[in-house]
Amino acid sequence: MLYPILWMIISSFKPTQSILSDNSLWPKDLTLSNYIKGWKGTSGTTFATFYLNSFSMVGLAVIGNVLSCSLTAYAFARLEFKHKKIWFALMMMTMMIPMHVLIVPQYIIFNKLEWINTILPIVVPKFFAVDGFFIFLTVQFIRSLPRELDEAATIDGCGPIAIYFRIILPLTVPAIVTTTIFTFIWTWNDFFSQLLYLSGVEKYTVTLALRMFTDAGGEAALGSLFAMSVLSIVPVFLIFVFFQRYIVEGIATSGMK
Amino acid sequence: MLNLFDQKRWSSIIPYLFLAPWLIGLVVFSGFPFLSSLYLSFTNYNFVSSPNWVGLKNYLTMFTQDPQYFQAIKVTVTYVLVAVPLELSFALFLALLLNKGIRGLGIYRGVYYIPSLIGGSVAIAILWQQVFGDSGIVNQLLGYAGIDMPSWVGTPDYAIWSLILLKVWQFGSPMVIFLAGLKQIPQEFYEASSLDGAGKWKQFIHITLPCLSPIILFNGIMQIISSFQAFTPAYIISNGTGGPVNSTLFYTLYLYQNGFGNFQMGYASAMAWSLLLIIAFFTGLIFLTSKKWVHYGDQG
Repeated sequence: MLYPILWMIISSFKPTQSILSDNSLWPKDLTLSNYIKGWKGTSGTTFATFYLNSFSMVGLAVIGNVLSCSLTAYAFARLEFKHKKIWFALMMMTMMIPMHVLIVPQYIIFNKLEWINTILPIVVPKFFAVDGFFIFLTVQFIRSLPRELDEAATIDGCGPIAIYFRIILPLTVPAIVTTTIFTFIWTWNDFFSQLLYLSGVEKYTVTLALRMFTDAGGEAALGSLFAMSVLSIVPVFLIFVFFQRYIVEGIATSGMK
Repeated sequence: MLNLFDQKRWSSIIPYLFLAPWLIGLVVFSGFPFLSSLYLSFTNYNFVSSPNWVGLKNYLTMFTQDPQYFQAIKVTVTYVLVAVPLELSFALFLALLLNKGIRGLGIYRGVYYIPSLIGGSVAIAILWQQVFGDSGIVNQLLGYAGIDMPSWVGTPDYAIWSLILLKVWQFGSPMVIFLAGLKQIPQEFYEASSLDGAGKWKQFIHITLPCLSPIILFNGIMQIISSFQAFTPAYIISNGTGGPVNSTLFYTLYLYQNGFGNFQMGYASAMAWSLLLIIAFFTGLIFLTSKKWVHYGDQG
């Protein structure tokens, strides 16, 4: 199962010329040179920049999703407004639309706004709750909280806004953690949007930088390609290790991909 | 009186305050693009000059004059129809094994789940390119068994298989969902049937599968929807070309080439809408047949 990944990790510490010839899992000479060479990146832009770009993109995406999805979910789960069922159905339907149906007009809009070659097209929509999946997840979570809490707070004179900030928000921390984890992982790995919107090397994310390596590549760069590939998985892997419980329970209860 | 009225009005506005970001997003990032891509699909639009109406021309070209389009459909449908059943069978098989109450379940579950988290990344696609390359580890292993294979990713007949295996490798997430489902099946069902002398296989056919069928349906639909939209592995393995000889030309890859390589955005929009219809067709078909094979608890 994990053999290919192990092979990549070990290979990343081997001298480039012996990666494909010597495939023992315990190589004779280990070296860090692939990492040092790979980190330098290309044309003066190092992986320090690529990581900074990736982390600022992912960080903003997480903040956007957490804020906007939580607000929307509270309205759907607890507040009354006209045609609520129709709106909810609309929200569920947006989850089913393949992104490719929206991508051309979105690109045109972002181009008009002169947002191409910035992270804005990837980050800004998250502040407007475009990921229906996380709204749904949080709605389900809020529905499972006892209504008596809200009623007690109403008797104490709290309005809907106070109830949200004092009761619902603190109690939905697990849903917020799940939203954070999956927004992080999906945005980090989302190659398509990054490929579409980021074109300048200085704007490249880790993912795009790796793609650039494969273009420049050839066998000679295989060592540093592997080294940087391994590094690119590290953040996702760390999240998995620390939040395994949330991830596995999240999938099991909500059935996400 | 006035104060009361104001309060009432205020409380009817509050829900919309909470909904405002989503409502704006719905209009700007989903609703408007959704309708305008439908419009664009009936136009000729190259991103520079304004779109001009061509009626059904894009759709007609797609279905009658574009062999590349047919190739993309063929590759993608093959991928979905082979990879999804394989992946789900594998997921179910391992879920059954893990459900026997073995030690260290959490560790196994975690190890099997990791590929689902990183399988769609560029790093894994790069790894796959090497693993299934000319002298990659797959061919080395096959070499020990005396089987001589060319580079998988470099040979038209085999390239798609490397992508299918990459999908199957990510069986962890449906497996976790199956595991949760298996836990819901009442133990009494098995006890009663073994008193009646049913063997393990009969129990699997008559208890496990029917009880799990709603989850099989759910997993199937989710995996079909997501694999029709697969992009990254094909793009990386073929360096964006869909090669060798268009053997990995995924639908979305061809769409990307048209829309953002050649800037034929009308044609790309028509492709996107056809994709929506194709996915709707397959999921609709499954839902229709599901009445025959999916059993919900309340029907007995």
